[in-house]
Amino acid sequence: MSLKRNILDLRRRKKEAQQGGGEAAIGKQVAMGKKTARERIKAILDENSFHEYDLFVEHTGKDFDMEKKVLHGDGVIIGTGTMFNQPVCIYAQDFTVAGGSLGLMHARKITKIMDHALKMRVPIIGINDSGGARIQEGVNSLAGYGEIFYRNTEASGVIPQLSVILGPCAGGAVYSPALTDFVFVVENISKMFITGPSVIKTVLGEEISMEELGGALVHSEITGNAHFYALSEDECFEQIKKLISFIPWNNTQKALRFPTQAPTFPVSIEDIVPSDPHYPYDIRDIIKAVSDSSDFFEIMELFARNIVIGFGRIAGNTVGYVANQPMYLAGVLDCDSSDKAARFIRYCDAFNIPIVTLEDMPGYLPGVDQEHAGVIRHGAKLLYAYSEATVPKVTVIIRKAYGGGYIAMNSRHLGADFVYAWPTAEIAVMGPEGAANIVFRKEIDEAENPAEMRKQKIQEYKDKFANPFVAASKGYIDEVIEPLETRARLIHSLEISEHKVDKRPAKKHGIPPF
Amino acid sequence: MEENKPKYEVFVVNTAQYYTLLTKKYGMRKKWQPADLNEIRSFIPGTILEVYVKPGDEVHVGEKLIKYEAMKMQTILEMPFEGTVKEVLIAVGDKVRKDQLMILLEELAE
Repeated sequence: MSLKRNILDLRRRKKEAQQGGGEAAIGKQVAMGKKTARERIKAILDENSFHEYDLFVEHTGKDFDMEKKVLHGDGVIIGTGTMFNQPVCIYAQDFTVAGGSLGLMHARKITKIMDHALKMRVPIIGINDSGGARIQEGVNSLAGYGEIFYRNTEASGVIPQLSVILGPCAGGAVYSPALTDFVFVVENISKMFITGPSVIKTVLGEEISMEELGGALVHSEITGNAHFYALSEDECFEQIKKLISFIPWNNTQKALRFPTQAPTFPVSIEDIVPSDPHYPYDIRDIIKAVSDSSDFFEIMELFARNIVIGFGRIAGNTVGYVANQPMYLAGVLDCDSSDKAARFIRYCDAFNIPIVTLEDMPGYLPGVDQEHAGVIRHGAKLLYAYSEATVPKVTVIIRKAYGGGYIAMNSRHLGADFVYAWPTAEIAVMGPEGAANIVFRKEIDEAENPAEMRKQKIQEYKDKFANPFVAASKGYIDEVIEPLETRARLIHSLEISEHKVDKRPAKKHGIPPF
Repeated sequence: MEENKPKYEVFVVNTAQYYTLLTKKYGMRKKWQPADLNEIRSFIPGTILEVYVKPGDEVHVGEKLIKYEAMKMQTILEMPFEGTVKEVLIAVGDKVRKDQLMILLEELAE
């Protein structure tokens, strides 16, 4: 009899705590087009797999009448569950409880599940929906953020860390997502900024809406803080599941293997690329033409579109693609694209994902703004990331590979395991136009018809140097292949590299240019 | 996000012309211009607390031009060279943006 009473009491307590901020607050949340924290967790995890911890945690605030307030779960839900039947850790801030504000116990719950994830070597997913620090708890809130950042850093490169921004994420709070591997944002729901519109208006007199300042599109297109952009929470959850299917559970494992599937891309790989190197095409078509089921999962699609990164599978195994995109800015390398690619390369390297590089780029973006923005140090990130990576690295040069960009795009010289070139490849110090102007300046200047002479010399340079055979004659590329052979070559190269060992000198860590 | 009929722009990289699309961020670039030393611009957003000069004043190196507050710090801007004040474009209490032109100077001819 007494046992029954205890059980009923427990159920009553649970029910009360699980209602979070109560009906009115939940109604407001729903009116904003948002799901509740608990609904979000359930939507991401396998059905009925969620197990919650610390439901009964209470806040410790004593000032400003806080001791009289009850905040269920202190505004955050933590727990474990499964995705694809594999264990994951998850937390979700509950905006209905004191605006999801972060106090000491709120932070303790988050760090508890983070510690758990790191110890169990499983991915951690954090859903952010919070007004920020709980002002009433003062420095304890700051301590909480700091302890989260410390763990983000500790776990970096060991377990996958995903941040899902489903509400405001402002001030110090933004730095946990920024330290994690992947940030997901949703149109009209995600808002990320250090200083909000009201402060900016007071201090600067500049009027800007939250959406324009730190909305989903801004972070996807302009700042590069977000990796995945969705129009709804449901689309966002699908993206999370898809990403999880491509990555390993921790840095000692490989990604899940899937059965090999043939590409289904409707256009022949031979018909994608215009033979004139001055004309664009969509490099993603080539990725699709060589990937299993032509399935390419692009990351940071809208940011620095002149380079394309993302996951696909080749013969059932996950690979990370890095590819110049001639469709945008002619595929040049610049500050943003170097930064975007370099970080992705380091992700792949940390998590045992082979890197396939597709190269077609005319060089670095010229301009004062680029030089002053530090294209030297940003560009160096790409060199560093490729050189440092010890996972299998395969490069296919499609067309242009000029100058510094040729070196940077996973050349043999930076430790590529396999370098292939299509017969359309042009591997040279610079494009024929620029090179002819320099090499044949005297002939051109002294000619009776300089324009005609210039044209002739450009052709001469093209014939002699703008091809893959000079580089092939030095062994810098391993083989000139027909486009149709590309997938088979990639499959073989990755098979051969399956047991690759690349030992580097012991060091605490390198000093990459960031 | 797919464009049906992309309108390619001509884009020059190292004298070669390429046909390609431009990104939104690329379009947001500002053209670089050399700094004009006669222009006193704000290097941080703030509020003007004092203005010590008026147009026509002859000012010596190191003399005060204005005092302004930004990020809870007060800063006094001093005259960088021997010259006169040509224009004062701000007043006490004004909020200035970053890089806003505040005072126009004229270097004293030898």
